[in-house]
Amino acid sequence: MPDTPFEVEVVRRDFPILATQVREKKLCYLDNAASTQKPRAVIDRLQEFYSRENANIHRGVHHLGELATDAYHDARKTVAKFLNAKSDKQVIFTRGTTESINLVATSWGRANLQKGDQILLTAMEHHANIVPWQLIAEQTGAVIKVIPTNDRAELDLDAYDQLLGEHTRILAICHISNSLGTLNPIKEIIAKAKAMGVTTLVDGAQGAPHLGADVQDLNCDFYAFSGHKIYGPTGIGILYGNQEIMENMPPYQGGGDMIQRVSFEKTTYKGLPERFEAGTPNIAGAAGLAAAIKYLGQFNQADIKAHESALLEYALGQLEDIDGITLYTKAVARTGVVSFNLEGVHAHDIATILDREGVAIRAGNHCTQPLMKTLGVPATARTSFALYNTKEEIDTLAASIIKARQLFK
Amino acid sequence: MSDDLEDLYQDIILDHNRRPRNSHEMVDSTHNAEGVNPLCGDEITVYLKLLDEKIEDISFKGQGCAISQASASLMTEIIKGLSLPDVRKQSDILQKLLITDEDNPNALFEYGNLAALSGVRKFPARIKCASLAWHALEAALQGKTSITTEDE
Repeated sequence: MPDTPFEVEVVRRDFPILATQVREKKLCYLDNAASTQKPRAVIDRLQEFYSRENANIHRGVHHLGELATDAYHDARKTVAKFLNAKSDKQVIFTRGTTESINLVATSWGRANLQKGDQILLTAMEHHANIVPWQLIAEQTGAVIKVIPTNDRAELDLDAYDQLLGEHTRILAICHISNSLGTLNPIKEIIAKAKAMGVTTLVDGAQGAPHLGADVQDLNCDFYAFSGHKIYGPTGIGILYGNQEIMENMPPYQGGGDMIQRVSFEKTTYKGLPERFEAGTPNIAGAAGLAAAIKYLGQFNQADIKAHESALLEYALGQLEDIDGITLYTKAVARTGVVSFNLEGVHAHDIATILDREGVAIRAGNHCTQPLMKTLGVPATARTSFALYNTKEEIDTLAASIIKARQLFK
Repeated sequence: MSDDLEDLYQDIILDHNRRPRNSHEMVDSTHNAEGVNPLCGDEITVYLKLLDEKIEDISFKGQGCAISQASASLMTEIIKGLSLPDVRKQSDILQKLLITDEDNPNALFEYGNLAALSGVRKFPARIKCASLAWHALEAALQGKTSITTEDE
């Protein structure tokens, strides 16, 4: 059981990069929805793996081959436990959320989609949960339908009820909007889809780091997330899948490690999870991701959530009084992100000016161009929080935004 | 406010951002092209009226950050009425001042009004913002209708 009390100043000491400076200003890292910083436990794990355990997996009968294989298998077990998956076999290592979704769209899509079938997405999806579906729709003749949002950028659930129909084959939806922080009621949404026999995929890139993920409780068929957004390394991600569905999916990529027997006449494939892991995987990345999950596991999930929610509400309060600001984070259920614009100052100019104060934020469309279109803006400035952020950092953010406003007066 | 920021957002830049010159569509243009930076979403369409190898008229329309807007506005002021070889010279000057790594005491003399963009070079992430309109101009002159900064 988690037993470490959550104290943000203590937590900050676990992240070496937070003590660095940006042009003699204290680093104020508020771009966590893009990528999170890494605790020493993760950095040390990568170094330890490459210093003492490195070799290829599933091949060498030698000592290091065994250590590397063990590290990789242990990492899979850690992830399965984190997700509350019934079996390790349901956990596939990928390069990240994007590859996880591409795997499902391509492999599941090829086997299950036909002309006239419908793929149901939402208006707030990241391009990673739009474009793979467009690619498979083009190949199969399936059609994409989109659940719209209301004026608070929450999903229109009445419209969802209308859109969910006999032709719907799959629903792919984010847990949390990466652009606005809207928290979707995915459990309820998934239940409705399942009742209609629709396959469901959750983009958990933002959800897993901030809310955790219990795939049995959510009852989704697929769940995807990225290592680097949950305090782990880049280049490693996860696809969780329903075992029965995955066992009936054709391979995604072909190569070594995913085959049983190869001849030029016929090749047979391994079962789960290897069938979907062609080639040498990111072994160190998997070990690093497991270290990140273990690091997070020492805290009570509810404490992290409470801390991040308090930061969000404090930020909204500090920012809403700034002259000329428009806040786009309006959903009643929300977490982790504040998106805004400043009258007369483009988001990129805000980001440049804030950077000179040591404040790192993201400016742009956040890989959600359709959502930006519904908001009627080409770009927003976005601050996003993690467990190591503080109210003082939000004060610095607010003061820096006021400076930007003054410069452009 | 840091010196770098003051160099970037010089008064002339802020002024062109607030009141962009020649910012309108041109229905009777002979050439036009759209420049897009897909990473940040900036979009600028440049319209030209080319007569006897000379820029008879130029305008732009689009949205983006202060740097891309001001750069486009400055560009239209600078090259209106120039012959094509002179346009090429101005484009070369812009490229040079965006990549040079030393302060030039003769900047104003050498670069003219384009010198207002010299602060951009200390912000590598913003160089594409300053060159977007010029890429669109180049594309229009080559008879292309669009260009993106990611094809470079």
